[in-house]
Amino acid sequence: MLTSQPDSLGHFGPYGGRFVPEVLMAPLEEIEQAYNEARTDPAFQSELHSLLADYAGRPTPLYHARRLSESLGGARIYLKREDLLHTGAHKINNCLGQALLARRMGKRRIIAETGAGQHGVATATVCALFGFDCVVYMGEEDMRRQRLNVFRMRLLGAKVVAVSTGSRTLKDAISEAMRDWVTNISTTHYLLGSALGAHPYPLMVRDFHRVIGEEARRQILEKEDRLPGSIFACVGGGSNAIGIFHPFIADEQVQLIGVEAGGRGPAEGEHAARFSGGSPGVLHGAYSYLLQNSDGQVLLTHSVSAGLDYALVGPEHAWLNDQHRAEYVPIGDDEALQAALTLARTEGIIPALESAHAVAEALRRAPSAKDQIFVVNLSGRGDKDTDIYRERLPEIDEPETHR
Amino acid sequence: MNPKRIASYFDRLQREGRTGFIGYITAGDPSPDLTPSLVAAMVRGGVDLIELGVPFSDPIADGPVIQRGAARALSAGTTVAKVLGIAAKIREQSEVPLLLFTYLNPVLRYGLDALARDAAAHGIDGGLLTDVSVEEAGPYTAAMHNHGLDTVFLAAPTSTPRRLSLTAQYSSGFIYLVSRAGVTGERRTLSSNVEPLVHAMRERTSLPLAVGFGISTPDQVRETASLADAVVVGSAFERAIEDSLTAGADPAAALEARARALAAGLPSKKR
Repeated sequence: MLTSQPDSLGHFGPYGGRFVPEVLMAPLEEIEQAYNEARTDPAFQSELHSLLADYAGRPTPLYHARRLSESLGGARIYLKREDLLHTGAHKINNCLGQALLARRMGKRRIIAETGAGQHGVATATVCALFGFDCVVYMGEEDMRRQRLNVFRMRLLGAKVVAVSTGSRTLKDAISEAMRDWVTNISTTHYLLGSALGAHPYPLMVRDFHRVIGEEARRQILEKEDRLPGSIFACVGGGSNAIGIFHPFIADEQVQLIGVEAGGRGPAEGEHAARFSGGSPGVLHGAYSYLLQNSDGQVLLTHSVSAGLDYALVGPEHAWLNDQHRAEYVPIGDDEALQAALTLARTEGIIPALESAHAVAEALRRAPSAKDQIFVVNLSGRGDKDTDIYRERLPEIDEPETHR
Repeated sequence: MNPKRIASYFDRLQREGRTGFIGYITAGDPSPDLTPSLVAAMVRGGVDLIELGVPFSDPIADGPVIQRGAARALSAGTTVAKVLGIAAKIREQSEVPLLLFTYLNPVLRYGLDALARDAAAHGIDGGLLTDVSVEEAGPYTAAMHNHGLDTVFLAAPTSTPRRLSLTAQYSSGFIYLVSRAGVTGERRTLSSNVEPLVHAMRERTSLPLAVGFGISTPDQVRETASLADAVVVGSAFERAIEDSLTAGADPAAALEARARALAAGLPSKKR
């Protein structure tokens, strides 16, 4: 039942659906049809599989973080190393899938939104690989926070368009990408980067990331001969989380834990914790948990991590939450930063700030989970966040100036 | 109980052989207190059906001009409840048909049934939610029709034959044809896609057809009027508000003048 979602109109229980202007309805139907054909086409699947293996670097390791586990004295913690993929995050899985689909539909212009820049870089990468024109919309505030990724996109030949409306973050970048799409639908594929938006995007993006959970399930059975007690993943829109959760949904003994951005605290506008601070509503084509005010206006959000800084959660997560199949908790900025530092110092792995939120929740729970197995989806690497780590962890930078 | 102002309006247009002139204004731009007088000015200038926009924080179907108007209205404290109050004020002075024009989320938050009930009580005649596809429209149309309100849907050049039929089926009052794929905003040239769209829709419905998106000059009004039962102008009015604010001029006078100039493009009698 839980894994049979969505229905033919893209509903996960009451969530999801298709809430877009009429101009976009026929293009969405076209994508849905193309995707349904591609899904069962062995040639498509085999080309995608080759690209994932030879170009992106799949399968990614499931790594037993021994020193980290021992330092906590509880659960055995495994890291699913999506950070080792080409471009440095899980985003490439979906980008390769959608690029193949765009080529199948005869579209040669790709647009995308990006928050942290990881999806923008992955999109620019596949566009270079396929010879597509590429335009990436990015909030001005995010461009400032993620300068390195802006340059990487440009180096790959993409045009990065600064979005200066609203909060100048991911939400506004998606709005601007949708406006581009309605204007250029005949030539353009919108390569949406998270498990968000109108049907079939949440379904399609989830399917392209399911490989994370399929590999993790096989790997943990090989290594431990049993399933993990808990799986942790950060949730912005929720693509890496749904990718690792989905193959475990039927395994009822496996706890699925999604970690949202608790930001600076629970006050309005200070976080992106949709489950604890939001209520169901519609944004960018889907019905799901939304941070909104009493008049239905979308609230601004905050997170130290640009990739989690978004007002709506992917609709399948809303459904898993309501069915009590997954649990969603917030982790604040500071705790995520400390978790990143801990992981760096015990395992020599600097995580993306997004992934550090998932690590933080695992650190909280590990000491009291003796004999359990934890799997943390390390969705991205931290290179792109170096500037923020420097700014927020001044005590470890040039210590002589702090004496 | 329910005056069916939209149907009587199109009946009257047909009797008189005229093309209708529909104008969009974001309620609350630049402040909720001003909107009733701005609507009165548009009506004096020749607008005969008002699309009353409820501002939304994330207007994905709108271009920069209407986006800025919505931002001004929101920072002036405009809420759904205030827009209903504005509608009631307009209704005290005028029988101009009023179509509530917005996105789903503010309506959902207010409550579909509560909104339909209160809209009817405040003199509103129908609604158009730009991001509600016919597939998702069931609960909304039920609530609206239950309170005697019309539900206008959009049809676009990209709409497939199946979708055009669904749009005809779900719409009441009239159907709004989008003249080109894109967001709202003034355009220098009109799309050639609209004529086949008008014909395809005529084959499916006897409802009146309004055409809009991008119309901002008297010539474009004339060109569109030859095809449609009514012409819709939106961003050009929001632009008039914005320009008058920038210049420190009276937005009511600017709107009336803009309406009069555009109305000059309407043929006096059809055929």
